[in-house]
Amino acid sequence: MAKLLDVKDYKVYYQTLKGQIKAVDGVSFFVNSDEVFGVAGESGCGKSTLGNSLIYLKAPMRYAGGNAVLDGNDISKFTDDQMRRIRFEKISIIPQFAMDAMSPTKKIKNIVVDLVREHNKRMSEKEIIDLTVERFKMIGLSKNVVDMYSIELSGGMKQRVVMVISTLLNPRLLIADEITSALDVSSQKFSVEMLDEFKDKQFVSSVIFITHDISVLYQIADRIMIMYAGHVVEIGNTEDIVSKPLHPYTKLLISSLPKMGIQFSQKRLKGIPGYPPNLLNPPTGCRFYDRCPLRVDPQKCQNEIPPLVEYMPGRYIACWAYTKGNDKNE
Amino acid sequence: MKLSDRLKKWDVLYFFLTNSKFKIGISILLFFILLSIVGPFFIHYKPYEYAGVQGSPPSLEHPLGTNPFGYDLYSQLIVALDGTWLVGLIGGGVATIIGLLIGFFSGYKGGFLDEVLMMFTNILLVIPTIALLVIIASFLNSRSVVLESLIIGLTGWPWVARAVRAQTLSLKSREFVSLSKISGAGTLKIIAEDIAPNMLSYVFMVFILQFGGSILAIVGLSFIGLGPTNSVSLGGMLQDSVLWNALILGYWWWMIPPGIVITFMVASLYFINMAMDEAFNPRLRST
Amino acid sequence: MRKYLTRKIIIYLITFFIAASLDWAIPRLMPGNPVSLIVSRFAQASSGSAAQASVLTKQMFDYFMQAFQLNIPWWEQYALFWRNLLTGNLGISMYLYPEPVINIILSAVPYDILFLLPSILLSFWVGNRIGAWAARSKKADNILLPTFYILTSVPYFWLGILLVWIFGTLLRVLPMSGAFSYSMTPSFTFAFIFDYLKHWILPFLSLFIVSLGGWAIGMRNMIIYELESNYSRYMGSLGASQRLIRKYSYRNAILPQITGLALQLGTIVAGAITTEIVFSYPGIGYILFEGIMNKDYPLIQGCFLFIIAGVLLANFIIDILYMFIDPRVKIAYTEG
Repeated sequence: MAKLLDVKDYKVYYQTLKGQIKAVDGVSFFVNSDEVFGVAGESGCGKSTLGNSLIYLKAPMRYAGGNAVLDGNDISKFTDDQMRRIRFEKISIIPQFAMDAMSPTKKIKNIVVDLVREHNKRMSEKEIIDLTVERFKMIGLSKNVVDMYSIELSGGMKQRVVMVISTLLNPRLLIADEITSALDVSSQKFSVEMLDEFKDKQFVSSVIFITHDISVLYQIADRIMIMYAGHVVEIGNTEDIVSKPLHPYTKLLISSLPKMGIQFSQKRLKGIPGYPPNLLNPPTGCRFYDRCPLRVDPQKCQNEIPPLVEYMPGRYIACWAYTKGNDKNE
Repeated sequence: MKLSDRLKKWDVLYFFLTNSKFKIGISILLFFILLSIVGPFFIHYKPYEYAGVQGSPPSLEHPLGTNPFGYDLYSQLIVALDGTWLVGLIGGGVATIIGLLIGFFSGYKGGFLDEVLMMFTNILLVIPTIALLVIIASFLNSRSVVLESLIIGLTGWPWVARAVRAQTLSLKSREFVSLSKISGAGTLKIIAEDIAPNMLSYVFMVFILQFGGSILAIVGLSFIGLGPTNSVSLGGMLQDSVLWNALILGYWWWMIPPGIVITFMVASLYFINMAMDEAFNPRLRST
Repeated sequence: MRKYLTRKIIIYLITFFIAASLDWAIPRLMPGNPVSLIVSRFAQASSGSAAQASVLTKQMFDYFMQAFQLNIPWWEQYALFWRNLLTGNLGISMYLYPEPVINIILSAVPYDILFLLPSILLSFWVGNRIGAWAARSKKADNILLPTFYILTSVPYFWLGILLVWIFGTLLRVLPMSGAFSYSMTPSFTFAFIFDYLKHWILPFLSLFIVSLGGWAIGMRNMIIYELESNYSRYMGSLGASQRLIRKYSYRNAILPQITGLALQLGTIVAGAITTEIVFSYPGIGYILFEGIMNKDYPLIQGCFLFIIAGVLLANFIIDILYMFIDPRVKIAYTEG
C-alpha cells in the first residue's frame, strides 16, 4: 500500500510566556492510502494538536521541526499561501467544535458557496448548492437545510452538515478530531457509519481519526497509534493493539476498558495513578516513567528517551522493554 | 491545581504591571494626584478674587493667566480639581455599589426577580442620563458637589448592573459555585466566599470606568450651567470661557487647560482599565 | 416578528410613561412650592424696572398656578398633565413669552436631525471600519488603540472649542457660530447650502471624532474575539482567505455594536447638547441651554420630553433594523 502521509520526527510547540510547551515532540508515523488511522490518548497528549497542526498551524502553535510529506510534498515546509491552496482540496478536517464551526449569521448555503469559491472560481453558485444538497440527501438531511442558519439545527444535524462541508471537495486526507465525543451513542454510531460510507464512495481516501475513546476506534480504524505526553508510544493494527497491547501505557489504557464496545469516559483514564508530566519542562527520559509499573531498566528509562522501533512487522513501540537487548518481556 | 492557579494569577499581575498602557496611565494619574496635593501651596488668590491685570496670558505671577475679570485661572483650576476627584469618587462609587448589588442579585437569583430588575435597569438605560440630570438639577435651588455626585451616581448604575449581572451569570455556572451549593451553603455565603473574590478585579475595572464617566458627566452638566453652585468646577470654567467670548478674544489659556486636564485625567483611567482588560483577557493583548 | 415588535413597543411605551411621569413629578418633589421658585428665579434672571418686574411676576405667578394646578388633587393634576401632553400642549415659554414651547422645539428639530444623523451614522460606520482595521496589525493597534481611548476621554464640547479656536479664531477659515450667516435666509439655493455646510462642518466634526473613538474600541475588541472564534478557525482550516474570515467576523462583531449604538444614544445626545452650546447651533440642546440660563422651566421640561421621545424612537428604529440583521431574533420569535 502506498503511503499517503509520512510524518517524521514532527514537532509542534506552543509559545507561552513561561516557555515552550512541547505538545507534539518528535512523532513519526505514516498513513496509507485508503485507510482509517486512529490516534488515541488521554486529553493533553498532543493528539489534537498534531491533527490541527497538520492542516492549520496557527499561533500560539509553532512548527519546531520534522517533516510531514503528503502525496510527495513536504507540507511542513509549505508557505502560508501554498498551504491555503491544498486545504479543503487535499487535506481537510472535521473539527472538535463542530457545534459552533459555522457562523451563526450566515445561511448554510452562503457559507458553503463562500468556502468553495475560495478554491474553485469556476463552479457556479448553483452547482455548489446542488452538490451540497446531493450529499445532504445521502445522509438523510433535507434539502431545506441549505437555506437554514446553523442555529436552527440540532447538535447532530450540525455535525452532519460539517461533515458534508469538510468533504465537499473530495480531499485525499480527512482529519476527524474527536467527532464523536460530544454526541450520544446513537449519533456516534451514525457518524462513524457516515464516515465509512464517504470512504466507500471515495469522497475521502484516508482518515486520521482522533479520539480518546478506543472503543470507537475498534469499530472504524484499520490501525491505531497511541500517544502519551507528546510522544508516540505504540502503533499497530487495531486488532493487535486491542487484543495484545505491548507498551505498559497501552496495556493500562486497554485494561481500563471494562468490556469491548462499552464506551469509557475520559475520567476513567484517571484510573491510572498519577498525572502526565508537565510539557513545559518534560522529563529527560521516558515520559511515562513516573506512572510506569514496569520500569525495565530504571536508570535508562529515567534518562533516555526510548526510540520508536519496529518490534514486529507493522508494530512500532517506544519502550526500553522492547528494544534489542532488553527483550525479555513476553 | 492550586499551584497552577496561583501561577496564573501571578501571570496576570505580571502582564498588568509590565504593560506600557498601565505605566503611562498610572503616571498621568499620579501626576494629577500630585498636582492636587502640591498645587494648593502655590495658590495666592481665591478662585473668585481680583488677582491682577484682566485677560493676561500665562506668566510667572499667573501660571495659567487671568480671565477678563482678573481672576487667577491657576487658582480656579487647582480648586476645581478637588471637586473633580470628589465627583469621580462619590459618583463612581455610588454607581458601582448600586449596580453591583442589583446586578449580583439579579444574576444570582435569576427568575422573576431577575426579570423585574433587568426590565427596570433597561428602562433607565434608554432614558438619557443627561436629560434626567438636567431636570433634577434645574429644579434644585442650591447644588453642592456632593449632592450632584450622588445624583450622577444614582443615574449611572444601570450600566454597572448589566455588566455585573453578565459576569455573575458566567461565574455562577462554574464548577466551584455548584460545589458550594451541593455542600449546602446559603446564597449570601456563596456570594461572599465564591463569587465576590472572583469579581473583585472586574468590579474594580467597572469602578474605574464609572469614575471617568462621572467626571465627564459633571463636566457636561457644569458646562450647560447646572454645575455646583457653591464652588468652581472645570466644566464651569469652560462655560465661563465660552460665555465670555474667550474664543473671539483668543484667550486660549482660559479654555485649553481645563479641557486638557479633563481629557488626560479620564484617559489615564481608561488606560489603566485597558491594561487590566488585557491582563485578564490575553486575546486582547496587543504587545 | 409581530410578537417581537409588540414587545418592544410595549417596553418603549412603559419607558416613555415613566420618563414623562418623572418630568411631572420631579418639580413637585423638590422642596418648596415650584411656582414660587420658578417665578422668583425668573424675576432674578430678567432685567427691567422693579415696577415692570412686579407686574410681570404677578402675571406669571397666576399663569403657573393655572398651569401647575397645584390647588387640585394630585391625581387630577397628573391626568391633566397627560391630557395636555397628548394634545401637544407643552405649555408657554417664559423666556420667549407667549410662544408655545412646542413651536420653539419643532423649529429646532430640523437642525438637530441634519446635525445628529450624519455625525452618528458616519462615526459609527467609520469607527467600526477603523476598529476592524486596527485589529489586523499589531503595529497599527499599538498606536491606534491609545488614540481611540484619548478620543473618548475628550468632552465633546471641548473638542468643539478647540476646533473653533483653530479654524475660527486662528485660521479664520470657518464661521464660529450659528447654523447660517445672519445675512442669509434659509432656501434651497446653492449659496445658502454652502453657507449652511460651512457652519455645519465644525459641530459635525466635534461629535464625529469623539464618538468615532468609542466605536473603534468596541469593534476592535469584538472582532478580536470573533477572529479567534471556532468558525473563523474552521474557515481557516478549509483554506479560506484572511479577507473572507475578516468579512465573516465583521458581520458578527457589528451586531453587539448596533446594540451598543442604541445604548450609547443618550451619551451622544448629551454630547450634542453641549456641542450646540459651543457653536450657538440652534438645535434642541441650545434651546435647552437658553431655557436653563433664563430659568424657563416649561421650556426645560419640554426639551426633556422631546429628547427622551427622540432617543426612544431612535432605539425603536434600531430594534427594527436589528431584527433584519440578526437572524437569531427572527428565529427566536418565529419558533415561539
